[in-house]
Amino acid sequence: MTNPFILALLFWIAAWALNEWLVRLSPRPAAMRRLIDVLVPLVFGIAVLAMWEGVVRGFAIPSVLLPPPSMIWARIVNSVPILWADFRQTFLKAVLIGYVLGCGAGFLVAILIDRSPFLQRGLLPLGNFVSALPIIGIAPIMVMWFGFDWPSKAAVVIIMTFFPMLVNTVQGLAASSAIDRDLMRTYAAGYWQTLFKLRLPAAAPFIFNALKINSTLALIGAIVAEFFGTPIVGMGFRISTEVGRMNVDMVWAEIAVAALAGSVFYGVVALAERAVTFWHPSVRGG
Amino acid sequence: MLSRLAAGNTLPIVIVVAAIVVAWYGFAVYLNMPWQLGVYERSGTTWTFADLVRDTLAQERPVLPSPHQVFAEMWRTTVEVAPTSRRSLLYHAWVTLSSTLLGFALGTLLGILLAVFIVHNRAMDKSVMPWVVASQTIPILAIAPMIIVVLNAVGLTGLLPKALISTYLSFFPVVVGMVKGLRSPEPIQLDLMRTYSASAAQTFWKLRWPSAMPYLFTSLKVAVAISLVGAIVGELPTGAVAGLGARLLAGSYYGQTVQIWSALFMAAALAAILVAVIGAGHRMVLKRMGMAQ
Repeated sequence: MTNPFILALLFWIAAWALNEWLVRLSPRPAAMRRLIDVLVPLVFGIAVLAMWEGVVRGFAIPSVLLPPPSMIWARIVNSVPILWADFRQTFLKAVLIGYVLGCGAGFLVAILIDRSPFLQRGLLPLGNFVSALPIIGIAPIMVMWFGFDWPSKAAVVIIMTFFPMLVNTVQGLAASSAIDRDLMRTYAAGYWQTLFKLRLPAAAPFIFNALKINSTLALIGAIVAEFFGTPIVGMGFRISTEVGRMNVDMVWAEIAVAALAGSVFYGVVALAERAVTFWHPSVRGG
Repeated sequence: MLSRLAAGNTLPIVIVVAAIVVAWYGFAVYLNMPWQLGVYERSGTTWTFADLVRDTLAQERPVLPSPHQVFAEMWRTTVEVAPTSRRSLLYHAWVTLSSTLLGFALGTLLGILLAVFIVHNRAMDKSVMPWVVASQTIPILAIAPMIIVVLNAVGLTGLLPKALISTYLSFFPVVVGMVKGLRSPEPIQLDLMRTYSASAAQTFWKLRWPSAMPYLFTSLKVAVAISLVGAIVGELPTGAVAGLGARLLAGSYYGQTVQIWSALFMAAALAAILVAVIGAGHRMVLKRMGMAQ
């Protein structure tokens, strides 16, 4: 009987060798090259999972500490309804609503203070300062104000996403070059025409940067806010109660769902960015 | 004089902050009013607006405490109590700060090591970099309680489990910044090193490492702020023993809003100090290297 750990180690070495070989290939067709770019991280990810499985089985680590991926997968398949209910409570209600409201408010305030350099100089350093603060700490206060259900979590998400959006949008609106703005003036374009046709498109990379940062922040905010009190559904609630009951595989299943939701959310924003800012060098250069 | 002030950032910031404080007092009166009106009605006292303002700003458990209440509480728990006492806010801030710093140091070290490997090995670059990015789309703070409980079960208690969460959060900005920084030397400079027949190690220490410094410090500022968040969240599941996170949790259990706000202000002060220290280090190093603007 071979030790699973040895098998996993062999698999790891083989996968690494495969990757070393793959990155040294430089095939002509662009499609092949893109395939390799996807394949290499994929092989690495599978190798990590195999290593995890092998270590847990090989050293007989109790599943209370670290369940093997196969056990987590079995738990995910078995408890789809619970996971879906938690996902709906946390992600579809708290995260999405808070994200839209927070980013929208940050964007609108940025447009409003755009005409006042005085307010900009006052608000920008403050916004930068607030971005460095542990805003997550307001979660217990929001739970006190707005109750246990999702509105309190959405409120945390709104506040967490507001400042990155504000700061980035203000910076983005200043990004169009003076020569472009002069051109708009020679066309006799008004403030709003200049805003919509020149400055907002020029600000798009900055705005999407904020949207991407916020997609991660929003999920963190909603889940952590649930640690401070929730109805009996939600991803943060499930994680904290199942940890208490030592159902570690359920916790990991919930984490897997959160990871997947976070990655898909980020991916959707990144795709939208590619579609909207197709003219930007970082997208065009591919 | 006045026009000089208005041209700089100081005056606008002071005015915006003053506006926020005024708005805060307004909200404090408004939000604490319903409870206070209930008190007046039960005791049957006649009240004027001045009474209302005075009483709403001095409640024991207000919905929104007024700024001076928060500062009074901070004064009471920092200056009037010995820093070693468990009732001192400084004691809790120190607990949080120590795990923040340990996590930050470990995260920086890990980040720099990963960046060095990524820059020197193509397979590493292609296979690890996408996962480093993906690892941050995971709401890692959600795993915080998990990690703490698991590590406690293994026998690791105290500082390290909390610090590991800060490590996980802070390694990312360092990796991204350092990979960019270590790649920032121009091809012409790398070529020059080759004409000197410099070894890989020499190129690294004499060219890549110095030119990565500005990038390193910029990422360190982000990393230290996020380490603090990690340490605070890491304190939540440990049963509210010690630290600013524990103060937040205890405050929310017992409805002590003034305590929550003073812990929040303390956390904000810590974040500001940490970022300022890194900023000072940034300026000092760049000046020594002759790169200051």
